[in-house]
Amino acid sequence: MWKNLLDWVEYRIPMMRVANMHALQYPAPKNMNFWYVFGFIATVVLVNQIVTGIWLTMNYNPSAEGAFASVEYIMRDVDYGWVLRYMHSTGASAFFVVVYLHMFRGMMYGSYQKPRELLWLFGMFIYLALMAEAFMGYLLPWGQMSYWGAQVIISLFGAIPVIGDDLTLWIRGDYVISGATLNRFFALHVIALPLVIVILVFLHIVALHEVGSNNPQGINIKHPKGSLKEDEKTKFKIHEYYTSKYDIIDDVVPFFPHIVLKDLVAFTVFCAAFAYVMFFNPEMGGFFLEPPNFEPANPLKTPEHIAPVWYFTPFYAILRAVPDKLFGVILMFAAIVMLALLPWLDRCKVRSVKYRCGLHKFNLALFVVSFVILGWLGIKPATPTYTLMSQIFSFTYFAFFGLLWLYSKNEKTKPVPARISK
Amino acid sequence: MSNAPVNNGRRRFLTVATSVVGGVGAAGAVVPFIASWNPSAKAKAAGAPVEVNISKLEAGQMLRVEWRGKPVWVVKRTEDMLSGLAEHEDKLRDANSEVEQQPTYAQNRYRSIKPEIFLAVGICTHLGCSPQYLPETFAEQVVGVPSGFMCPCHGSKFDMAGRVFQSVPAPTNLVIPPHKYLDENTILVGDDSGAA
Amino acid sequence: MKKLLITLVALLPGLAIAAGGGFSYPLEKARIDLEDKASLQRGAALFMNYCLGCHQSQYQRYQRTAEDLGIPLDIAKDNLIFSDQKIGEKITNAMPAKDAGKWFGKQPPDLTLVARVRSPDWIYTYLKTFYVDENKTFKVNNAVFKDVGMPHVLQGLQGTQEAEMVYDTVHGEKTLVGMKLTQKEPGTMSVEEYDQAVNDLVNYLEYVGEPSKLDSHKIGTWVLVFLAVFFVFAYLLKKEYWRDVH
Repeated sequence: MWKNLLDWVEYRIPMMRVANMHALQYPAPKNMNFWYVFGFIATVVLVNQIVTGIWLTMNYNPSAEGAFASVEYIMRDVDYGWVLRYMHSTGASAFFVVVYLHMFRGMMYGSYQKPRELLWLFGMFIYLALMAEAFMGYLLPWGQMSYWGAQVIISLFGAIPVIGDDLTLWIRGDYVISGATLNRFFALHVIALPLVIVILVFLHIVALHEVGSNNPQGINIKHPKGSLKEDEKTKFKIHEYYTSKYDIIDDVVPFFPHIVLKDLVAFTVFCAAFAYVMFFNPEMGGFFLEPPNFEPANPLKTPEHIAPVWYFTPFYAILRAVPDKLFGVILMFAAIVMLALLPWLDRCKVRSVKYRCGLHKFNLALFVVSFVILGWLGIKPATPTYTLMSQIFSFTYFAFFGLLWLYSKNEKTKPVPARISK
Repeated sequence: MSNAPVNNGRRRFLTVATSVVGGVGAAGAVVPFIASWNPSAKAKAAGAPVEVNISKLEAGQMLRVEWRGKPVWVVKRTEDMLSGLAEHEDKLRDANSEVEQQPTYAQNRYRSIKPEIFLAVGICTHLGCSPQYLPETFAEQVVGVPSGFMCPCHGSKFDMAGRVFQSVPAPTNLVIPPHKYLDENTILVGDDSGAA
Repeated sequence: MKKLLITLVALLPGLAIAAGGGFSYPLEKARIDLEDKASLQRGAALFMNYCLGCHQSQYQRYQRTAEDLGIPLDIAKDNLIFSDQKIGEKITNAMPAKDAGKWFGKQPPDLTLVARVRSPDWIYTYLKTFYVDENKTFKVNNAVFKDVGMPHVLQGLQGTQEAEMVYDTVHGEKTLVGMKLTQKEPGTMSVEEYDQAVNDLVNYLEYVGEPSKLDSHKIGTWVLVFLAVFFVFAYLLKKEYWRDVH
């Protein structure tokens, strides 16, 4: 009976074939460590954002007059409304925490290198779409930070020569940020951008499964057909889509159940951290929810100190490091473009940081330090000292990419083993 | 792969246990999403019981109050209206109020607690329009019955106790909401706890 | 690199002071305890008596406050609601915004979320540091809210205070470096009683800023306990399957 039903469905859509190809018989390197769980967790957070987001729209009122009050209505009058709201607000920050760790994993283990360039690019597009999504979502509570944060970021477009002023007017749909801006941001935040993100995530996964997962040692698990002896091949059942093209070495596990179970353990730990924040510390010391945002938007009064939410601050610090408006904006976007260009800037053939030269290790560490310190500087007021520091660390941020391009051509690497060790 | 023997019993137990515990977690996670569809504090406050003061209501007059967004009629019936209720019962669909459209304390000929005060939800039981009160001209609708209620949408007719006449679209008598008297002249609509 | 970092970090505090400029009155710590229903009830009563005349709490309903604070509804109706409002309505006053603007220069801000905007410690200190200043419209000034546009509503309880400013020469300029407040005339409450009253009020404002907090901590604890249990099963199951792999 059950078998017949499955066959009936399978004849019409490839349900089991897809499940086998992409989960039960998908070969994943057995040495994938905890850095490899963030992709899965990011997907979980995406689902969380979509579902809680849908539920929030049921009571949210996207108008300049009603937005702020409707958020408090959700927090007080709707049963468990505060749970839904905090799941969404905590999820926004968690999304960036997870995505930054996911990106760093890729940089550490050279996951952007050939043949994973497109995979990396899709990832960068997801990151861009996510930033737009987060920015627009932050306007919706219509608090002071929502309002003035959006004011500052939209003004960035004013730096574009000739069309700048008209462009900012067009984006706002008014002479100041107003209900018109709120309504269009709402539409983009709840429909357009989530759709784009979901499609990009789908492409990201399709690209991943075509080229296969990288691993901490950066060693290939797919070998040319006929190059492996029978006892070197994996004993796990691997889908013929892969085995017909390659010999799969005995260093893999099927994605389901092995990797999924590993992800499940990591997911539980993540949930605990998430629950701690949302139930005990939803403001996260003013980083996830900023105190001035509990005051309704007031176009006549700027808060004493405005800073973007923490996930934008590294780029905000780069923007402020430059004394010229246009050049600052260009440099800020360049900081993201450089990341997207990594597959072509890194000319080394060895992927993992484990087998690369000391300079690369130092360079990568410098990049992380620069990014974190820039993030910290982005929340600080623009005093001369902080601006000087922003300039220094903006320089080291970009120096990472330049240096990488220079030394990676003829880099002295350590020998990469033929087989994955555990 | 190793050749270590697979312990199937342990594996099955752990799979089932993890699934069950995970299922409990999923059920818990769904609670806020379901609960948030309940009426909010705002809806409950708007739907709270309403106090009606009837001290100034004259015989034959109708008072409309809003309760849970619906019109509630309070009519002080005249002696004639009350005595007339017994005379046309053969023309009614449910003269004895057998269909539960009223609390038990209003299941009588007058469909009310005090005979002279009639209180009902002014919504036609057909498709939800609000009938008109015709204290003097109802005889044009039903011959021999001087006053009653007529629904402008599809012509359903009700007598002065909200009882529906035969051969009209409305299937049942008008709804009598739960209510109680706080004192001689004050009715609380929407709450009958402790009364009757 | 490291040296540079250390130097920069070492420089920070000094620079922050130089950049911040001026003196800021140190905040006193409010003793927040959302489990202390008696304190919250006294705070709510103070709010309705002293604050609600000018400020509103327009996102919160009387009924929610009464239920969360364990006040029976009929008692709340008689003791918390001073207008003809119903228990299910929001905590608002009848002051027209236009008049308020005329009397105070601007409309007194809504206080529902003030504890989340300003922090409880700030409000606690603010309510304790009004001092006499004859130059101001309401004859008072405040140590943490300079040139405040609000009269000292609790003056009858606290009495009046005088401020002694401490100046010093910094970079050749006369700069305010400290402030000392002393009691001038006593109020109806002793200093300890007043501290307690203000603390109750701040406690209530902290509650009303986020009434879900009590539930939040209870539910959160259960969620964390559940996740700990689930972790054990998930971890054992993972280990069981990974025994295949070497």
